[in-house]
Amino acid sequence: MTDLLRYVGQAVFYAVVVLGIGYFSQRPIYEHIPPDKAQILLSFSHGGARVEACRRLSAEEIARLPPGQRRPNTCSRRRLPIRVQLVLDETVIFDQVLEPGGLAGDSPAHAYEKFLVPTGRHRLLVRLEDRGRTDRFAYESELVVDLRPRQNLPIDFKADKGGFIFYL
Amino acid sequence: MNALRRSLRLVFETAQNALGRIFPDAWNPLLNLGALGFFFYWVVTVSGIYVYAFFDTGAAQAFGSVETMTNEQWFHAGLMRSLHRYASDGLVVVMLLHLLREFANDRYRGARSFSWLTGVPVLVLVYVAGITGYWLVWDKLAQYVAIVTSEWLDKAGIFGQPIARNFLSPEHLSDRFFTLMVFMHIAVPLIALLILWVHLQRITKPRINPPRGLAVGTLLSLLVLSLVWPATSQGPADLLEVPADIGLDWFYLPLYPLFETLPGPVTWGSSIALLVMFLAIPWLPPMRRASPARVDLVNCNGCARCFADCPYSAITMVARSDGRPFEREAQVNASLCVACGICAGACPTATPFRRATPLHPGIDLPDLPLAAIRERLHAASARLTERPRIIVFGCGNGVPLSGLDSPGVGVVQLACSGHLPPSFIDYVLSRDLAEGVVLTGCAENDCHNRFGISWTEQRIAGERDPYLRQRVPRERLRTLWAGPLGRHRLEALLETFAAELSRLPSLAEERARRRRELAEAGDD
Repeated sequence: MTDLLRYVGQAVFYAVVVLGIGYFSQRPIYEHIPPDKAQILLSFSHGGARVEACRRLSAEEIARLPPGQRRPNTCSRRRLPIRVQLVLDETVIFDQVLEPGGLAGDSPAHAYEKFLVPTGRHRLLVRLEDRGRTDRFAYESELVVDLRPRQNLPIDFKADKGGFIFYL
Repeated sequence: MNALRRSLRLVFETAQNALGRIFPDAWNPLLNLGALGFFFYWVVTVSGIYVYAFFDTGAAQAFGSVETMTNEQWFHAGLMRSLHRYASDGLVVVMLLHLLREFANDRYRGARSFSWLTGVPVLVLVYVAGITGYWLVWDKLAQYVAIVTSEWLDKAGIFGQPIARNFLSPEHLSDRFFTLMVFMHIAVPLIALLILWVHLQRITKPRINPPRGLAVGTLLSLLVLSLVWPATSQGPADLLEVPADIGLDWFYLPLYPLFETLPGPVTWGSSIALLVMFLAIPWLPPMRRASPARVDLVNCNGCARCFADCPYSAITMVARSDGRPFEREAQVNASLCVACGICAGACPTATPFRRATPLHPGIDLPDLPLAAIRERLHAASARLTERPRIIVFGCGNGVPLSGLDSPGVGVVQLACSGHLPPSFIDYVLSRDLAEGVVLTGCAENDCHNRFGISWTEQRIAGERDPYLRQRVPRERLRTLWAGPLGRHRLEALLETFAAELSRLPSLAEERARRRRELAEAGDD
């Protein structure tokens, strides 16, 4: 093989390699979500009520405690599970009881759920019960929304701000 | 595992041979994968430092600053950004090829498992560095990478609050998270560099720079790619919109679509299983190790040639322990020794001419001692009935030698081409054991034991101790470095070499002529 042919061969090799690098660096395109869908993202961190309310200790109970651990109140650290429900156009698409986090069950419960839904007009109802009741929800929010293709609708929950927050 | 290795080796050998037609031997990219990895690493580092000077690290500013680089400062910062991206991709490509090639060539087990084990974390860290880099641009791809990565980490269930909540809405996004990513994107490659240093500790004279021609060609082609097809962003990240059609970097993110869709136990389980498998490969199955080289102090004068030639730093020179009047002696670290025999080939006492005393060199392989090689040489020579007689010395990793024996050709197998002391060549010709000698082994620049070919060539050329004596007629010696696919080349060489040897005067006539010349020179 002549030197010229070898140089041409090298140039072709480099061209093929860098074209391969350039191409696979951004192609083929990956379709992450179909064009006719939108996403509802329900996510929050919230601690349910304590399993047992704080209670004043009686004088006898305080006396029974070791001197270094004597305190006026006793509080259970464990929290109640949370029930969350998401209703889309009268259909319940999520209804779950979330256990509190932490080894002792004393941390907030976490939710991070995604739902792909058709685009268009929807009525959303989202509810949360954090006091252990089974016949009602402590928080409830409703939203009528026109979801665009590939829109992401995050729903957060913050009790100190009155409940559910929709980010539009 | 053997079949897989052999098939892969065949693929690599074929590709190497093909590239060997267009590249000079020293420039063959497949023979420089490790060095190319380092080269890409430095290109990524330099271009990364340059880009960082123009980069705003805030969540709100990052995308804008990268866009300014790409569009308004395309001729310097934009160019560097593209170079940064493409060199990172190149790094992944050569790193994976390097790993596959070392596996195919069975250079990852036994004493070499250390390099394999230290290479695996580098692989992981390069991926971490690349993924955090994509995060920093804060375009739609970054948004996708950030969300899928954090969701995947959350699936491990070890974090108190889901990390993915940091990307719930624009209100949740924090500059602090960006600062953490910048820190990781800088710190992780530095840790990788530290491990790379460890990775090279058990080999002598590692090649960490590619030949200049290959480096120039690689850099130029990356520059051309960066100019012709610059790396661009994919629109600003918007947490209120799901990134839809994403131009994934398939070198770094090929598993992301799976991470996103498969359940946590599956992705975490398979990731951990894959990592454990990579780490365990050197023991699947373990290599049956040959006995390490052994020093015979009676014959070791502490010359340190074995120390200088060992490719794996398995030999150290220590203070003399036997009271003989030498300063040092060689000591073999058995855990580093791969029994290539290069040390025996370097030993000045390893001469087959020794007949009065047994052939016990200062350092030797217990499983294939030079005395046994001399015996095999005599046996091979005795079988030769057809002139010209040719003795082929070859290693077990290069050109296949089985079935090569014929009435005119005798084969003597070595552990490595560098295992042969040059005096054996002299011995063959001066003792009339054959009319010609062929040395063969791995492909040029691809010695299984790193330096077997180089040291052999330098010994023959008289550039490295022990020299091949000047009196050895070089026209009776041929070398062929052709690798496992070089059998046809070896057969062709033997044919032409035999024809050439037939035209030469006999060895007895040559010796007589030389004696006459010496006598005449003495008379003068």
